[in-house]
Amino acid sequence: MSDAPTNFLRRNAARICGNALVLFARGITAVRADWQGAEPVPRQRVYFANHVSNGDMPVLWSVLPAHIRRMTRPVAAADYWLQSPLRRFAGVEVFRAVLIDRRPEHRSEDPMVAILKALDEGWSLIIFPEGLRNQGPEPLQRFRSGLYRIARERPEVELIPSWIANLNAVMPKGEVIPLPLMCTVAFGAPVALRAGEDRGAFLDRAAAELLMLAPEALRTPTGGA
Amino acid sequence: MGGGAWLDLMLLALGAMAVLLGLTVLGLLLRARSRSDRMAPALDLFMTRVNSWWAMVILFTFALMLGGWAVVLLFAVAGFAALREFYTYSDHAPADHWALAAAFYLVLPLQFLFVALDWQRAFAVFIPVYVFLLLPVLAAIRGDAQRFLSRVSETQWGLMICAFCLSHIPALIWLGQDSARAGVLLIAFLIIVVQSADLVDYFVGRFWGQRRIVGALSPKTWEGAGAGLGAAALLGAVLSWLTPFGFAGAAVMAVIAAAIGQCGTLVLTAIRREKGVRDWSHLIPGQGGFLNQLDSTIFAAPVFFHLTRLWWGG
Repeated sequence: MSDAPTNFLRRNAARICGNALVLFARGITAVRADWQGAEPVPRQRVYFANHVSNGDMPVLWSVLPAHIRRMTRPVAAADYWLQSPLRRFAGVEVFRAVLIDRRPEHRSEDPMVAILKALDEGWSLIIFPEGLRNQGPEPLQRFRSGLYRIARERPEVELIPSWIANLNAVMPKGEVIPLPLMCTVAFGAPVALRAGEDRGAFLDRAAAELLMLAPEALRTPTGGA
Repeated sequence: MGGGAWLDLMLLALGAMAVLLGLTVLGLLLRARSRSDRMAPALDLFMTRVNSWWAMVILFTFALMLGGWAVVLLFAVAGFAALREFYTYSDHAPADHWALAAAFYLVLPLQFLFVALDWQRAFAVFIPVYVFLLLPVLAAIRGDAQRFLSRVSETQWGLMICAFCLSHIPALIWLGQDSARAGVLLIAFLIIVVQSADLVDYFVGRFWGQRRIVGALSPKTWEGAGAGLGAAALLGAVLSWLTPFGFAGAAVMAVIAAAIGQCGTLVLTAIRREKGVRDWSHLIPGQGGFLNQLDSTIFAAPVFFHLTRLWWGG
């Protein structure tokens, strides 16, 4: 019982930090949710998004309505979020991230075990199926297979493509000061595994659905932001 | 602000609220009477807009009551939001990062600080001269020459519109300090006249407009524009007690401000067309972005400011 007050303090500090972060993200980037193919309802979902910036996860998390945000946890890299006490506080207590280890040589369990466990507990998740941040010229990198395994093993969970637009202009690689430019997160219609669809076909189709939500300039082959 | 001006301000705020109350009641009556679903979306939009106007009038009244600093702060925030909308769609590359950061975090706050301190010489030349010459240097240092002229031009244009021109609205508070009419009333005059002309232009053009002014670009019609200017003249004359211009003078100033305001709407429509955006943002419910709301007033403000200063010989 002796650590109860600390827990209470930490929990509230985490909640306050979370709210401050939402205010900050909305104030700086005026981030707006564009629910194109799905309604903002508290159904169990996996939001899968493009990944260009470290700000992606906080922005997507902030743009969700509060009652949906409370049931949603991001899936994030343990090696990044456990690096310092501050990051550990943010990752574990503010975002309540499902931490997975990206480095096969270090990890003791399959990251899918943690992801499926969180889904079985009823959480919605935010994942970035490209894995690492996209720093190349292509709008999307190849998807890792985790999304396919979720679709196969938990077909009742909706997989919602979520395109985060313009965040790379807010803070290009190597910059320190964020610019207050407006961002949009576009949510598309759920993508489900079709009968007989194999892993590669499903991942390609999910990536195509996500890319459909991107601004037109990015979708055309010559385009670039 | 003298006692007389204070009373005038209260009168004006109550008048604006009475008009809004009338519009709100009208909307509620129409909503209660209309059985068809056909009218529902139009009515919803109407009510959203009236509600946004309520918010603007109340916010504005508070700022004017609090005086100079509050008015400048209010427009500085609006300018920041407008600049954010402009730069979201303007041409820029990663090499412009420092220039854009300087525009947001240094140039815009400094411009409004100069206005708040009434350093007229500083706020008149800071952006058109010093920023114009020095900001491109921040972009050039990064060594990316692709579309360089286009990038620095659009960056400077954003500052001219959203910081320089817009800051002339709150700068009006310093005019006429030693006369019976306070500058805050002039701000109210300018905004009411220009925004009302916009509304009349929009509704008349929508229902009775025939001949488009620039058909390729905007739905603006000669009928709507004419009606807008007529309404501005009428409203200017009615509100002449807010100004030092006299009955006819106020009508003329109102027409000039409204005409330049309509030019501003046209120019910013051309920019929206180029960038392929319908609304600059969704921050003002029912109205679009800050730039949608303020485009006409932004254009009218510098001219109105200089003509007024000529009038007072300041």
